[in-house]
This record gives sequence, C-alpha cells and structure tokens, in this order.
Amino acid sequence: MAAEQSYPEGLLYHPEHDWARLEGEEGTFGITWFAQDSLGEVVFFDPPSVGTQIKKDEPYAEVESVKAVSDVIAPLSGEIVAVNEALGDEPGAVNEDPYGEGWMVRVRLSDPSERDSLLDREAYEQLVQES
Amino acid sequence: MSQSKVIGFAPGGEDTVTIYERSQPGRRAFVAPPIDVPEAPLEELIPQSERRAEAPALPEVSEPEIVRHFNNLSKNNFDLDTGFYPLGSCTMKHNPKVNERVAAFPGHARLHPAQEARYAQGALELMSRLGRALAEVAGLPHVSLQPSAGSHGELAGLLLTRAYHDDRGEPRTKVLTPDTAHGTNPATVRMAGYEVVKVGTAPDGGVDLDDLRRKADGETACLMLTNPNTLGLFDRNISEIARIVHDAGATLYYDGANLNAVMGISRPGDMGFDIVHFNLHKTFSQPHGGGGPGAGPIAVSDRIEPFLPRPQVVEVDPGNGTAPVYDLDLVRPKSIGRLRGFAGNFGVFVRSYAYICSLGGDGLREASDAAVLNANYLKARLAEPGIGEHLPIAFDRPCMHEFVLSGQGARRNLGVKTLDIAKRLLDHRVHPPTVYFPLLVDEAMLIEPTETEPKERLDGFVEAVRAVLEEAAEDPEVARGAPYTTPVRRLDEAGAARRPVVRQPPAGAEPPGDPGDARQVTSGSL
Repeated sequence: MAAEQSYPEGLLYHPEHDWARLEGEEGTFGITWFAQDSLGEVVFFDPPSVGTQIKKDEPYAEVESVKAVSDVIAPLSGEIVAVNEALGDEPGAVNEDPYGEGWMVRVRLSDPSERDSLLDREAYEQLVQES
Repeated sequence: MSQSKVIGFAPGGEDTVTIYERSQPGRRAFVAPPIDVPEAPLEELIPQSERRAEAPALPEVSEPEIVRHFNNLSKNNFDLDTGFYPLGSCTMKHNPKVNERVAAFPGHARLHPAQEARYAQGALELMSRLGRALAEVAGLPHVSLQPSAGSHGELAGLLLTRAYHDDRGEPRTKVLTPDTAHGTNPATVRMAGYEVVKVGTAPDGGVDLDDLRRKADGETACLMLTNPNTLGLFDRNISEIARIVHDAGATLYYDGANLNAVMGISRPGDMGFDIVHFNLHKTFSQPHGGGGPGAGPIAVSDRIEPFLPRPQVVEVDPGNGTAPVYDLDLVRPKSIGRLRGFAGNFGVFVRSYAYICSLGGDGLREASDAAVLNANYLKARLAEPGIGEHLPIAFDRPCMHEFVLSGQGARRNLGVKTLDIAKRLLDHRVHPPTVYFPLLVDEAMLIEPTETEPKERLDGFVEAVRAVLEEAAEDPEVARGAPYTTPVRRLDEAGAARRPVVRQPPAGAEPPGDPGDARQVTSGSL
C-alpha cells in the first residue's frame, strides 16, 4: 500500500528529492515521498557497502523501479556506517514508508557546514509544487 | 499425466487452457504410415548413454485442438496487422507482404549457410547491393552486414572505435552519451569496456554544447548520438557537435534508431558521423520481434574501414570483360574479427533489399517525408483543447518522426498517470505509445505514428486519447483499473520483478500465482 503524500518537519531536504535526518554526528538518508511516487513501485535497492565515502550531490546508490533505474543522490558527504539490509527483501518499504522503514543508509557526516545548503520542509514543498 | 481440463465456451474460455492441459494419453494429430523397412531396436541404433531414461512430457493433442490452440494464442497478441501501434522509437511501420514472398523464394529460403561463395553468387550479390544501398542512405562508403541487431551494431561500432584508437597508439577510456540516449547506448559502452559519461540536454532539446565542450577530452573515445534524438528533435548543432568531437580526436557514432525520419533527406556521413548502425526492423520494414533473427548492419568512413569485421562481401572484376563475381574477403589483418557465424541473417537482408528496391531512392525519401508529416499532424491534433492541457508537448517545436508528451498535466488535473492512460488505450484497440521514456521528461509518452498510417487512423487515435481523458475527468478509477478487455488485465510488474518465476512449472503443478490476485495488488497503487 503506497504512503500518503507527506514531508515531515525536522528533516532536511535535497532538491534531488532526498531527505536527511540528523542525529549528532550522523545522518540517516532516504528518498522523499515525491521521489518514490515518481519512480513507481521500487523493485530493487543496490546499496553501497559500509565504509564507502560518499560525496554531497553525487550518486551513492541505485534504486530500480518498474519504470527505470535511478541514481540516489547524497544530500551530505560522509562515510557509510550502516545500510538498510531489510530493503534487500522488501524494497517496497521505500514506497510504503519512505521516511521510516524505507530509510537507505546511515552516514557519519564529514562536513557539518554542508547542511546549510539543504532545504527545510517548507522550501522543499514549495519546490515540489513548482516541479 | 496431468488431469485434463474441460475447455470452456465462454468468451476467453479458450485462452487459459495450455497445450499441456489439452493433452490426453494416446491422442495424436498424425499417424505415421506402416514402416516399409526392417525395424531395428533403439538399443542398436543409439547407445544407452545417449538415451534419456524417461520419455519427454510432450503434449498429446489432436490436430483441430492444436490448430485452435495456436489460432487462439495468436488472437491474444496485439500486432501491426491488427491495429495502430504508435510505439515511439520503435518505428512500427507496415511491413509490405511482398517482402515475405520474395524472402520465401526457394533460392533464398533454401540456401545452405555453409554454401561455398562460388555456389552462392546470387546471395552474395544481393548482400553487396544491399550494402551499397545502405551506404548511400548513410553517406558513408563501407558497410558490414554482420551485426545481428541494433545493439550488436552498437557494440561493433565501439569495438571499431577501440581498434581505431589502439591502432593510432592512443587508447582511450570514456564514451559520451546524451541523457536522452536509448538505454542500449550506455549499456553498450560498458559492454565494450568503456566508462559512460553523460552529456546534458539544452533547453531546445538538443545536446548541451557547453557541457559537451567540458567533457570531450583526450580520454574521450566516442560520442554516441541519435539524430533526430529520442525527443523526436533534429539537433541543429550537429556540425558543431561533430567539430567538437573530432577536435578531441574521438569518433562520432550514429545510432540509427531514428533513421526513418531522414532517409534521402540528410545523411549521417554528411553530418560528420564516422560509424552508423541501421535497424533493418525499424527503417527497412523487417518484421519486429517474434523471436526471429535480426540484423543491425553498420556503415563506416574510410578511416574506420580497415577494422571492419571479417569476412566482407567483395565484388571482384575477373578482368576478362565478364560480369563481376562475388567473394568473401577473409584476409583483413586489422579486422576486429567475426561477430557471428556464417554470413548474417540472410532472410532479413532479402526483405530489406526488396523494400529498398520497391521504393527506390525517391520512395525512401517520400517515406521519411510522410513519417515526419504524420507525426507533426498528430502532434498538432493532440494539442487541441481537451487534450493539450493534460498532455502538454515536452519541447514545443516542429518534430521529426516522433514527439514526446508529458502526462504531468493529466496527473495533476485528473489524478491519472501516464501508465493509466496507456492501459486504458488498450481498451480502445490501440497499442499504447512508449511510456516513461525518455527519462528526461516527467510522465513521458513517446509517440511515433510512422508513414504507413492514413489520416483517418491518426484521427481515430486522437479521439481515443480524448475519450480516455474525458472519462478520467468524470471518474479516474476507470483508467486506474484498466485494461478491461484484454486477455490479461493489469499485470503486477513490481511482483514480477521482486518475485520472478523463471521456470515453467511441471505439468499438473499449481500455477505460481493467480492473475486475479495480482490485479488486486496493483490496482490503484501504481
């Protein structure tokens, strides 16, 4: 069952339709409701391995839906400390619960100042409405 | 042996009964006449080690039931001989029946692939003439008919590119592809061992020249380009693109997928392309698909010629005033080698040669003119009120043989996605356009009517699209649940990808899933 459209308060958003939830030195990343809705049903998530260095604005993983294979863009830079292994068996969690069970990676952030360039909920919703 | 099913008489009742379910022990479609030679036991003829332990589980069915089975299966297919098929980028044009007749001539159909060249002069002459015709269309002098599909032609093109750079002692690592490219282009790049570098699209729908200048460098082996591109737009900067690519020392590759728009009007060789592939099943009326063999010949410039696959069909002048003879040239020291067995899929060559001969040069040009005219007519009609606000054109300028609409409006205004519209069109007896490609356009719908459709058919399509949209304005659930009149309804594409069933279950086993369940899962969620 697909989730209802939502963009939770408290997350930071990247214009490529990714979200980041910051907790101290770490951040959890995923894709937004808009992204999963555009992709359609997700059938495969190809995660990076733990320890990989990822860079803001660059792809760090691939997600495959019934329509296409798409890059997932890193909202912030850092090192992967965990990946959501459960998506291997249940990639549909990205559609059903994009901000919860559908999380993709946890990252130890390398540059705290980068977060200033991300959007808050209001600015991201504005962007979605215009697109 | 499996329990046989009662075959129903309700509409669609024949559809679901497989040939195995029709089987009854001992039933036959053919009874062999009594043998008139001494019978030898199997053990004497075939050693034990080569014999199977059990007989294969073949269906045992009477002739009328076999005929009904395959006839009903064929009716479940939607094909060009049944209706309109505007599947963008696939050029689903009518395949003239005369081509089939010519290909079936015994001299063509019964020629053995291992026949020596001197006993296959007619076939080699036909291949030579087809190559010359394709060279003329491409504006490039040398042709190889070996590649067996468009994708195979692409691979050949990049292997030739690699051989060319290696021969100059300048190996390179990257190949550029525009972000509008067919998916086969980047896939081919990886197959050929290169790294893919994406080039962006400018606001007018062509290649972003600044981005190309930034990315074309000493590591660039090639730019793979389709012109007109997958947005159906002719790239007006092609001369400048060719200059940038050649200045970087790279080759320029022409993906011939959209050649149907420009035959006899503009030639890739004149635009500066070094290597071209042809999709004979698109442009030159070879039937698509069907699991049969294909052909993706390539044409190349002089500097690429030494590396062409071997053997090449060559015309030899005997020098005594008699007619030329044809031969297979195996001695090509710089060749990338053989790409396939024997000389290619000959029946395909016969059909395409028949097509080219029956149209002639002027006819090919007229075909392209009509393909472009049909696309622009359809584009204009689909911009009419009632349609245009829901399916706006992605790049509003005159198109070539195809064009891209965005379903963004329908999604926002009516709550139906491009996929829903496509599925509902099936109930109007129309094959849907290509959907969700090119990736650049949100909710994309890529429409290619081809030159072989009359105006009435195009008008009929417009009315079908209008009806689907009007209905969605009343009740979007109808489109979301479509199709309703097809042999199978909406398929669970996500389930098929997540839980693929890759084996035919043994006779008598429960089927892996009920299509009814799949329908419930996807209905409304996609």
